[in-house]
Amino acid sequence: MSKSDPIKPKRLAIIASKGTLDMAYIPFILGSTAAAMGWEVGIFFTFFGLTLLKPKIQASVTPLGNPAMPMKMPFGPKWFQNVVWPIPVFMMSIPGFQALATTLMKMTFKNSNVATIEELREICIQFGARLIGCQMTMDVFGFKREDFIPQAEIAGAAAFLEYAGDADVSLCV
Amino acid sequence: MSSEGKTVLDLKGLLCPMPVVKIALAMKTIPVGAIIEATASDPGVVADIPAWARSSGNELVSLEKMGDREFRFLVKRLK
Repeated sequence: MSKSDPIKPKRLAIIASKGTLDMAYIPFILGSTAAAMGWEVGIFFTFFGLTLLKPKIQASVTPLGNPAMPMKMPFGPKWFQNVVWPIPVFMMSIPGFQALATTLMKMTFKNSNVATIEELREICIQFGARLIGCQMTMDVFGFKREDFIPQAEIAGAAAFLEYAGDADVSLCV
Repeated sequence: MSSEGKTVLDLKGLLCPMPVVKIALAMKTIPVGAIIEATASDPGVVADIPAWARSSGNELVSLEKMGDREFRFLVKRLK
């Protein structure tokens, strides 16, 4: 049901350039959903998105420089969980704060029963989505093929653009 | 060439994209013409399951809201 051909499945192309916990969800949720809907999916991991191709994903998140991220505690009674804590920016650079924010964010997701990044990536793979590492940024940041999961492919911009040229939906994160 | 067996799935507590993903995975295991009945609590299924059915070429037989966070739907494998 692609725009050009009613018989072919739709095609999704995503460029994933960020490696933080909040930005990691976007390509994998959209990718797994599209793949489950029968779409062709290709996700191009570049720059800091490359870290999402490692076997063990260790993505962090911080409200530092991320003012839209609300600071709420994912535990305790309901009224407590609804409090938005006004944390001063200087506190966010205290050692350990980023790890704390990451832990709390993961707990928030777990409370709502949201799948983990690794689980969503596994679903993408199960449905045949292509996970492609960017050759150029791999060389720049010193990643090697062996650093990534075996299902990942390696390609450059031209190869990905050829794929995306026929995509019905193209996104960049 | 079709069979009318019915698989029942409990998707309560699962949030997007898991309801759609679980249905798609279950579809692979049933023969063409078979039906899956599922209950879910995610209000997103109201929009997501019909969209999935249209996209994947399968049939949404019914979708009902049973309660505040309870939805029941039947999907049929067409291909």
